[in-house]
Amino acid sequence: MNPEPRRLRREPDGALIAGVCSGLGRYLDIDRDLIRIAVVVLTLLTSGLAALAYGFAWIVMPVSESPPAQVEEMRPAKRRDSWAVGVGAGLVALGLLFILREAGVWWSDALVWPLVIAAAGAALLWRQFTGSWKPGRTGRRNPAAYRIGFGVALVLGAALLFLYINGALNAGGDAALAAVTVIVVATLVLAPLWLRLGRRLADERAERIRSEERADVAAHLHDSVLQTLAMMQKRSDNPREVSTLARLQERELREWLSGKTGAERQASLGATLETVAAEVEEYHGVPVEAVTVGDRPLDERGLAMAGATREALVNAVRYAGEDGPIRMFAEITPKSAQVFVRDRGPGFDLEGVPDDRRGVRDSIIGRMERNGGRAEVRSEAGEGTEVELTMEMK
Amino acid sequence: MSDTAHNPTRVLIVDDHAIFRAGLKAELEKGVEVVGEAAGVTEAVLLIGKLKPDVILLDVHMPDGGGVGVIRRTTELETVDGYSPCFLALSVSDAPEDVVQVVRAGARGYVTKTISGPDLIEAIERVRQGDAVFSPKLAGFVLDAFAKGPGSGPVDPELDLLTPREQEVLRLIARGYLYKEIALRLKISVKTVESHVSAVLRKLQLSTRHELSRWAAERNLVDYD
Repeated sequence: MNPEPRRLRREPDGALIAGVCSGLGRYLDIDRDLIRIAVVVLTLLTSGLAALAYGFAWIVMPVSESPPAQVEEMRPAKRRDSWAVGVGAGLVALGLLFILREAGVWWSDALVWPLVIAAAGAALLWRQFTGSWKPGRTGRRNPAAYRIGFGVALVLGAALLFLYINGALNAGGDAALAAVTVIVVATLVLAPLWLRLGRRLADERAERIRSEERADVAAHLHDSVLQTLAMMQKRSDNPREVSTLARLQERELREWLSGKTGAERQASLGATLETVAAEVEEYHGVPVEAVTVGDRPLDERGLAMAGATREALVNAVRYAGEDGPIRMFAEITPKSAQVFVRDRGPGFDLEGVPDDRRGVRDSIIGRMERNGGRAEVRSEAGEGTEVELTMEMK
Repeated sequence: MSDTAHNPTRVLIVDDHAIFRAGLKAELEKGVEVVGEAAGVTEAVLLIGKLKPDVILLDVHMPDGGGVGVIRRTTELETVDGYSPCFLALSVSDAPEDVVQVVRAGARGYVTKTISGPDLIEAIERVRQGDAVFSPKLAGFVLDAFAKGPGSGPVDPELDLLTPREQEVLRLIARGYLYKEIALRLKISVKTVESHVSAVLRKLQLSTRHELSRWAAERNLVDYD
């Protein structure tokens, strides 16, 4: 099943404490619970040495990077092994206490059983509360509820036993000890619950954000794409209008997807030129393919250049709009900017343009020259026209 | 060229949109032979192995790996009989990351889906003959990516810089010139134009310039003060 070579690694995902037994079990291909029991038994037999070995293994064993197939085994709803976990935690606690006793750190044997029982109960509780919990499964017959109840009972029982042993239950017993015990019990029982609640709140918030985003997308698609599609169906007898609508919608959708606002786009020369091309296309219903290379902030010269570009595009649309897309290419460097507007129309003779036609002379050539740039118009009959705008930038 | 006149170029269309495939097929059948259609990566890889088409028109965006996935998996499967397919990427996307990924994976060209039928047929023929095809958009992108002076790290002039001639050719492509118009304007042969474009394609595929992957991020953040 597992094509990778087996390596001895800790598996925190299947861990009771640190995943040492889990990793060892995978490595030896033995059920990890058997390994766990063996470790606990060994701990008891060796007066705690095996537990020390466990700690050592925890430190030296590397963590498994990809817990293979662990997800399935660990499905929290099917907590068949929850009981084993509880018992295991109790046994581990017992083992640790033995070590402490052997090591000479010891108060009284009376502590042993309350602590072991409390550890088992707490482990049971934590396991119920901190796994991923399916809210829909909180039915009356939910086995998790039994386990929680049992966990609480264990912790409470441990507390009572502890108090009983210490005589705090008698009248005039140690009230302070009783108070501390109550606090400890409350913490053990409520902490996982509280953790659980926090996590669920975070989940709900994430879910709410997701659904808001979905609603946002749906609203946008409805306002734009669906409306445009409806318009296109109505106008299906007019291919030119349909293609204009489609391009308009395409551009709008792209802008929306890129997440750039209009203000951001306006701040640079490249974006301004692209906007100009888009506006001409939109207004006249002729495709304009714009390519820009490089960029710089927009200044007065840039604005003049954009104005001349718009005029060149409008001219191209007017005289060559039927002959395929108009192309705009802008190359912007820190020192200069160049714009080419090219069409595949019939071409024209610049000398033959009457003086009263202000388009080319004033709005393109004149405007560029007034701002320290220059414009060149190349046109040959049958070969289309190309307007070249050049501006040195400060 | 004479063999293409007798055996029409065999084309496989790979796109996950059925409507688009149908429209494309109708347009292409005027000039080439569409031998098959695939709606996904796995189907495409199977059909390429079975039909051995000359040119594969590849949508960039598809589930399960997209155009890049098809190229990678086909190259892995490459057989001993010397069949090596030519890929032409076709996409609605202008996003440079997507385009560059497919070209770097091995596509010999990139055109946008708005390309006209005759232009696309010409592009297919060109790719079949082993030449490169750049849309004006891609030419602009390559110019932009290579424009910045050598950044940090070692620069291999063979791969990381464009020659002035290559830049000129790319500029003319971006301005909407056809290969034969470029040849006329630069007073070189169409073959020379093709070899310049192929050289640029090679650089685009092999250069390690970080601009090629970070282009989009930088595009609107450049500050010239």
